[in-house]
Formats: sequence, structure tokens, C-alpha cells
Amino acid sequence: MADILNVQGLETVFRTREGTVHAVNGVSYHLKEGETLGIVGESGCGKSVTVMSMLRLIPSPPGQVVAGTAHYLGKDLLKMTDEEIRQVRGAQISMIFQDPMTSFNPVLTIGRQVSEPLEAHMGMTHTQSYDRVAEMLQMVGIPRAKERLNDYPHQFSGGMRQRVMIAMALTCNPQVLIADEPTTALDVTIQAQIVELVKRLRDELGMAIIWITHDLGIIAGLADRVAVMYAGYIIEEASVKELYSNPCHPYTLGLLGSLPRMDEQERRRLISIEGMPPVLFEKPTSCPFAPRCKYRVDRCLQENPPLQQVGPDHWVACWEDVKTGGPRQ
Amino acid sequence: MTGTNDYVLLRVENLVKHFPITKGIFIQKQIGAVHAVDGVSFNILRGETLGLVGESGCGKSTTGRAILQLHKPTSGHVFFEGEDLVTMRAESLRRMRRKMQMIFQDPYASLNPRMTVGEIIGEPLVIHNLAPKKEAEERVQQLLRLVGLNPSYSNRYPHEFSGGQRQRIGVARALALQPSLIICDEPISALDVSVQAQVVNLLEDLQHQFNLTYLFIAHDLSMVRHISTRVAVMYLGVIGELAAREELYTNPLHPYTQALLSAVPIPDPVAEEVRQRIILQGDVPSPVNPPSGCRFRTRCPLAAKICAEVKPEFREVSPGHFVACHMV
Repeated sequence: MADILNVQGLETVFRTREGTVHAVNGVSYHLKEGETLGIVGESGCGKSVTVMSMLRLIPSPPGQVVAGTAHYLGKDLLKMTDEEIRQVRGAQISMIFQDPMTSFNPVLTIGRQVSEPLEAHMGMTHTQSYDRVAEMLQMVGIPRAKERLNDYPHQFSGGMRQRVMIAMALTCNPQVLIADEPTTALDVTIQAQIVELVKRLRDELGMAIIWITHDLGIIAGLADRVAVMYAGYIIEEASVKELYSNPCHPYTLGLLGSLPRMDEQERRRLISIEGMPPVLFEKPTSCPFAPRCKYRVDRCLQENPPLQQVGPDHWVACWEDVKTGGPRQ
Repeated sequence: MTGTNDYVLLRVENLVKHFPITKGIFIQKQIGAVHAVDGVSFNILRGETLGLVGESGCGKSTTGRAILQLHKPTSGHVFFEGEDLVTMRAESLRRMRRKMQMIFQDPYASLNPRMTVGEIIGEPLVIHNLAPKKEAEERVQQLLRLVGLNPSYSNRYPHEFSGGQRQRIGVARALALQPSLIICDEPISALDVSVQAQVVNLLEDLQHQFNLTYLFIAHDLSMVRHISTRVAVMYLGVIGELAAREELYTNPLHPYTQALLSAVPIPDPVAEEVRQRIILQGDVPSPVNPPSGCRFRTRCPLAAKICAEVKPEFREVSPGHFVACHMV
């Protein structure tokens, strides 16, 4: 299938009082039609900034996209005029945010907020759009949808609010849905409801999804392909089965080892990664993970490894082969 | 746990905590109550870790605080080493508190920003008049080393540390008085995944070293399975099921426990493919006006008529396995 999104060499910096922070340092990824890409990483690794940069949602100043291209159906999102990108955002590429408590306007009714993209992009009248919104709310599983159009966000629970957010993102039948940690603020049983809902809608509507999360558990059952980010770089990318069965970057290995598993037989000591993620005031010239890495060799402190292909659908940025303990061939 | 170790350190009996809802400014009238904890009973044996899991708002943190009398319980008893904390006078309670400490969820909010790390960790020693200044300083250095921080950090302020390091400071403060029981209230949920493992490993090491007893409150079921000896599952102010760790995770009997366990994602795409999920409908009801009979009946796939009428008894169905459900 064809690539619907193709991002190349994206770099974003934030100019702060303490200096320039290099949040995204040359990230490239692509998304095929109907595919689900998981972007995994810890807080501050640049996973949200990556997609926000692509949609030009980075507040500027202090943020600035300094390099890269982001082609959506052949057109570069980063070179579009403001008017053009407005036609794409919310209509063809839409987004669900992490916190369903703060992403709504508390003084507008749900009906008013969910219908906004319809009126803005599709030129629907108020009556038309409200009918469509009621339909959408029903589709995401909100009981008595029609009656609830005039309710305010605080009258919905967290899980329900996230459903409304999904409905709002899907009103214009987008080609791409970007979900930025949509279940992090929710309880596990509600999280399971939301994940099931998104899977069902994906299969019914055939959209592509970028799912950003720090939870390697959720991604395992949801994504086709996974990119692991660290310090503004994609350090490993593979198909979901390949990544979990054959993780090649020491950081990915550490992340998987630090998670206790529900189906584990033996009680083992968790693998912990010592230290903490860096804040990059300089663009690194060595491997950014090297200070925390168990497999570090001299070369790691001199050169930053590029992403290299190690399998049919598997790329890794590491000088060492963690399996053999020697340099990668 | 075997041999001499095997006795009850803490016994909680029918613990109830209601928070009043009042109306009016000058003449306050109680118009209702949040039934945060509604009759909870369990034991903790010396040296074990009891995991207390449940979703947000189920009353697990309130239970932890009510045990330490940080919230005065509405009714019920908390026996610590055989003495009832609920009826205890303030002075004796203060002395008892030496033996019971707490680690809080948010390492950003639970350390005073105007105190140095040394003052924070040394404060319990000062309050309880346990060590003269010089000795206290040495003890602080020792504690910092114990939790894996550089002793020279004692003159720094909390903002100079990362989340994981701050949580280590919280652990050091809890250890200062050499307590026997530590209540860990979601100690890792504010931390990044790779740092969570560091703190959990530290807690396990300290437990072995000092024979500590933990009440580990969390919503992360995989982590609770990893750290606990026994696990209690709470829902809307009551315990639905309590059993030894392996028993609870391999043979869950309460429908809520079953749904909760099936909802936890496993970081393995092959295992995820074949898993059957029990998806619960709806949300947790409000604790202001909880459902009659069984608390879980409004979302339970097995609910029958009796569930609305009679509150299920919390009974032992096999040795050490307690469950409150009519259908078991």
C-alpha cells in the first residue's frame, strides 16, 4: 500500500532562557494507508513534539521546526500556507489528546464543540451538524446521545469524555488519526474500553493511526509497527512482533525488562536502567543513550550511530550487537 | 513467610471512612457522605507485602491513610501490634507512629521545597527526639547511602533532583525511624517506566535487609503482582477479593478481579493476539450514593436479583482466599 504520510529528517528545537533544547533531532518515519504506527518512549523523549511539529502545532516562539519535510499525500505539510494546513488539520489528519479533562472548553456544550469541525470543514448547517454529531456520539458508545448534546464537559466522566474526544476527531472521516497518550489518564478497565473502541472504528472506517504512548503493553495489542524514541531520535523501529521477540537496542531491551508481566511464571528481579534521560542543550555527537548503556564501547562516545537495517522490517541505531556482544556487522 | 515471622503485625477490622458533604456557609448541615471506605477488614503479617489494588476513587489511598490515623476513621478498628490505634490517645499514638511510616505518590509535592534534603530526612529524628544534632547528621548520610544517593547531597534542595531521586529521598525519610510497617501509596505511578524498576528494586532490597512490612497501594496490577505476597482488590470502598498472589492471579473468583486482570495489557503481541478480554460496560458509580447490595452489580456480567438485595459476605472459599460474591 502507498505511504499516506512520509516524514523525513524532522528537527525541532525550543529556545529557552537556559539555552536551545534539541527536542527532535532528525526523525524519519512513514505511515501506510490503514496502518497503525506506535511511537513509544518516556516523558521528554520527543514523541509528542514529533507529531505536533508535523501538524505545525508547536507554539512559536519558543519552538521552531528547523529542518525536515512532512509529506501528506505528496504535499509537504511544513511548506503549506496557514490556510492550506487548516484544511488538513481536523479534517484529514485529526488528533486525540492525552487529558480528556483539560482538552475541552468547559463553557461550551459538547454538541457545540464536536460540531465545530463539521461546520468549519464541511460547511454544514447547525441542524445538519447536530444530527451528525448525535450519530457520532452513538457510534463511540455514549448512551442517549441526542439528549446529551447540550451537556457540558464536566457532566461526563473521564472515559466518556475521551469517547467524545474520539467522536470529535472522527467527525470529518479523517485519513489519519493521531492519538497522543489517549488512555494514560484513564483506569485500566476504561482503557480497555477505549482501546477496543479505537480498534473497532479503525476496522470500520479504515483510517491510519499514530498511537503515542509510554506503555509497551498497550502497543503490543494494537500497532502494526513500532518506533521507539529516546532523546529526540528514533533508536529502533520494527514490526510489532519483531520488536517484542527480537529487540536489538539496549534501551528497548531495558524497557521491556523493566516491565513485570502478568503472565510471568518466575519471579525475577526487574532490569532497571540506571540514571535518567538527558535534556539536550547540545545536539549530541555521541550516542545519547551511552551514559546509561550496559553495552557501551569506546565508539559510542565518539560517534552517534545512525539507524541501520538489521532485518527485513527492522532498523536499529546502535554500534553493538547485543546478541553477540561484539560490533554490529 | 514461615516460622517466627508468621504473626499478624496489623489487623484492620471493619474500617469505615465517610467524608461528610455539607451545605450552607455559616450553619453547615450535612446533606450526604462520600462512602470512601465502607467496611474493610484484612491482616498484614510481619515481613510480607500486601498489595492493595483498585481503580481511582475506590478508596485504596483513604484506607492507607485511615490506618495511620491521618484520616480519623468513622468506625472500625486498626490493631497494630495488638493495640487499637483508633481509640489511642494522641501522645501514645505519636509514639506508635515511629513504627509506621508512609511513602507518598507524588515525589514533587511530598517534599518541602524550602528544606534541604538533610533536614527533610532528619526531621523525624528531631521530632521524636531520637538523636542529637551530630548523630542525626551521620544518620542522614547513612540513609542517603542506603537508598543509593550520594551522601554529599544532604545540603541540596528537592528541586535539584529528578523524580526517581526524589522518591528515594521519600524512602529515606520513611526509613529514618526504623519503622516496621511502611505504607507505600502509589510510590511509582508518577515515575517513568525505566525509573519505576529502580525504585521497586530498592524497596525489595530494603525489605530483605530490614525485614520491613509493606502495604503497597497501586493501580498497576503487573507491578503489584511482582512485589506482593498477598493481594487485595478494592472496588468502591469494599474489598471484593483477597488471596495469595499466585492464587489471585491464576484463579481469580470475583467477576471484577477477572475483568480487571483481563484488561491489563501484556507487552507481547503474540500473547495479546489470543487473549480474551472481558470489557466492562459503563463507569464506576458515585461513592456518594453507592448501589445497594453488591457494589459491583451495576457493571457485573453475572448480576442477578439477589445481588441488588443482599450485600455479599466476605468469606473464605479456600484457605487464605477470601471473596465477596453471591455467584462464587
